[in-house]
Amino acid sequence: MSEKKTNNNLNSFKELGIFFAFIIILAVLMILSPKAFARPANLINILKQASINGILAAGMMYVIISGGIDLSVGSIVALSGVIAASFAHPGEYPLIVPILLAVLAGSVVGLINGIGVAYGNIPPFIVTLGTMTIVRGVALIAARGQPVFNVTKEFEKISGGFIFGTIPNLVVYFVVITLILAFVLTRTVFGRRVYAIGGNETAAKVSGINVEKIKLLVYTLCGFLAGIAGLLLASRIISGNPTSGQSYELDAIAAVIIGGVSMSGGSGKWYGTVIGALMIAVISNGLDILNVSSHFQLIIKGLIIIVAVLVDIKGKAKK
Amino acid sequence: MKSDYVLEMKHIDKSFFGVKILDAVDLHVKPGEVHALIGENGAGKSSLMKILMGIYELDAGEIILNGEKVKFHNPKEALDHGVSMIHQELTPVLDMEVSENIFLGREIKHANAGLMSLVDKKEQREQTASLFSKLGIDINPRLLMRDLSVAQIQLVEIVKAISLSAKIVIMDEPTSAITDKEIETLFEQISRLKNEGVAIIYISHKMDEIFRIADRITVLRDGHLICTDDANKLNKDQLIMMMVGREITEFFPKQTVEPDDVVLEVKNFCQKKKFQDINFSLRAGEIVGVAGLVGAGRSELVECIFGITHPTSGEIYLRGKKVNIRHPKDAIQNKIALVTEDRKYTGLNLKATVEHNISLVGINNLASYGVINRKNEAVAAEEQIEKMKIKVFSRKSMITSLSGGNQQKVVLSKWLLTEPDIIILDEPTRGIDVGAKRDIYLFMGELAKAGKAILMISSEIPELLGLSDRILVIAAGRLTGELKRNEFSQENIMRLASKFEAN
Repeated sequence: MSEKKTNNNLNSFKELGIFFAFIIILAVLMILSPKAFARPANLINILKQASINGILAAGMMYVIISGGIDLSVGSIVALSGVIAASFAHPGEYPLIVPILLAVLAGSVVGLINGIGVAYGNIPPFIVTLGTMTIVRGVALIAARGQPVFNVTKEFEKISGGFIFGTIPNLVVYFVVITLILAFVLTRTVFGRRVYAIGGNETAAKVSGINVEKIKLLVYTLCGFLAGIAGLLLASRIISGNPTSGQSYELDAIAAVIIGGVSMSGGSGKWYGTVIGALMIAVISNGLDILNVSSHFQLIIKGLIIIVAVLVDIKGKAKK
Repeated sequence: MKSDYVLEMKHIDKSFFGVKILDAVDLHVKPGEVHALIGENGAGKSSLMKILMGIYELDAGEIILNGEKVKFHNPKEALDHGVSMIHQELTPVLDMEVSENIFLGREIKHANAGLMSLVDKKEQREQTASLFSKLGIDINPRLLMRDLSVAQIQLVEIVKAISLSAKIVIMDEPTSAITDKEIETLFEQISRLKNEGVAIIYISHKMDEIFRIADRITVLRDGHLICTDDANKLNKDQLIMMMVGREITEFFPKQTVEPDDVVLEVKNFCQKKKFQDINFSLRAGEIVGVAGLVGAGRSELVECIFGITHPTSGEIYLRGKKVNIRHPKDAIQNKIALVTEDRKYTGLNLKATVEHNISLVGINNLASYGVINRKNEAVAAEEQIEKMKIKVFSRKSMITSLSGGNQQKVVLSKWLLTEPDIIILDEPTRGIDVGAKRDIYLFMGELAKAGKAILMISSEIPELLGLSDRILVIAAGRLTGELKRNEFSQENIMRLASKFEAN
């Protein structure tokens, strides 16, 4: 019994490696900049900055655990943002219309990705590389190459509003979506199957799992979440910009990987991804406060991704 | 002083995380002998060989090769000293030619210019061809490895090991995937090597083979050396007792069950190029063996019955009712289970825990509205672990931390959780140790007693003879005969299994 306990503790310690790294970075930033960084207002601001990437990363996590990748989410953000803004001009449609259309657009692109991967048997990298380019083109055409301005106040409030006057809506969406997705991933049959097909697709099929259906659902879910992210971004920047969301897919992938999800699929924890998304936000926020130029920030971000994976690989090799 | 031995491993100790897996183990190998190394999975055979090959570092002890103390840091150093190993799990480069695989890492070059040298493919092919003809092997050196059968790949690996002009060749279960005919070829090569003074360390679970070719035998159990002796001074029962540490009176515990109604009928089953016109039935409480050479179409047949592939024609009846199985999930709904041949590739999710592997198929029964009841899942997993005697630290341990035999028990558990009526087992005991084998045999008997119908494919004839009520023999995709218990004999099986070989 006591042996069992030690083993469990050991495992969680390993899993929590990323958590400690996160705490250390927080501590360093708090020491370097106690006044600016550690202010409650700034901490809430970090959560806000992490929210859109966090939502994208949650969808990406499902895709990566299932053994795939989705490069199209950045373009979906742009498309659904443009669509949302286009239907959010004052005096035209009720607020629900832009919301639904934005989410629908994302889901449809996700569904197309899913069909290509599951039924077309095209490698996910190729399918989503294709849709990434196509969807960006569609967004530019739909917006005639220009940002779509002139949206209603209510639309602006979707992301701009606060709950209890202090907590930004964005943070609430991030938390709620994360909790729902965490529950689905860890507690439902669907979640278990996502792990199963990423772990061993052939064994999953032989075990009676409809692999194609699960893949279709996973890509659709990822597109759906990207649609939400696009809507939230458009509301936040008060316009639908067809060139927005560039390289968002890479930030989402980075969050998932920093969080310890294996690129080859089949393993990973939801809270790792949350920490990954927070880590990226903390680092950019902290470096901004420390006046590090955005050019240097890119280098630091890249190094952290490589180090995170290196630590993960070394940790696994020790097992 | 010149020693009698080509290799002496003395007092080898090795621990992982404080667990001693080898404790003062000795291994002495004479030149020109076949030295069988046996023991249950986890006894330390592979670790000992990995230490010899320089894959693991030893904690204490010494290795003396040709009278000289050595310590290898990687397999290449071992190879350079004439020690080569044929691994159980083959790792050929599938998209390269046979000849390129033989010369992988030591290519014949036109002129040596480091990494920029050009490979002399023509010379490599010629040398491979002459090597093959010397050994009596009929494989075209220009074929891609991908296009070879598993058995042929194994032969190529063996030739590769031989061609390294090794002094010691380690063979880790070399016959696990090849047919009897190819086993003969392998044994011929082994005796040829022996005559040239090469020592062979032969790891196997197959007793018959061991007694046929081994000169001396070393038995390991739980990291300890139990015995090293001449093969002709030992017998099978003694070996099994030494391996498992207790006496096994009856190796094939056959339950006598009166067969009940017919539950499964397969009629005129055909799949293009794989099997033709297969007809058979299966009764509740019956264990039916399926014999045949590797490649005869046995696995293809059961995979087709299970809905992994589709038949070109033919019908399946369950309790007299025609069913249409298009996907494994249809088979599962119809209470059929299939324990596939290759547990790593098609049986287990190696990235998951024991618990999650056990619940993989039956998860819907442990969930309501798609939400898993984790308490039920834990109870189900614990029950299976106890019932199947799975040796595991906790249900939350990773599946990869288990030995082959215990992994196989997990695969069985996963299917039993669906409470199937018809259980198809494809090579259920391949590559697992004696103790686990016996557990699985006992369990099959209990399942039959409980009224399950069992169809068992096996390439181990003693297993078929010991457990089956009837044996179906398949050759070249056709059912060539059915043997009743009073007709059971190795000769009868082989005669039917090689029926189309001559044509």
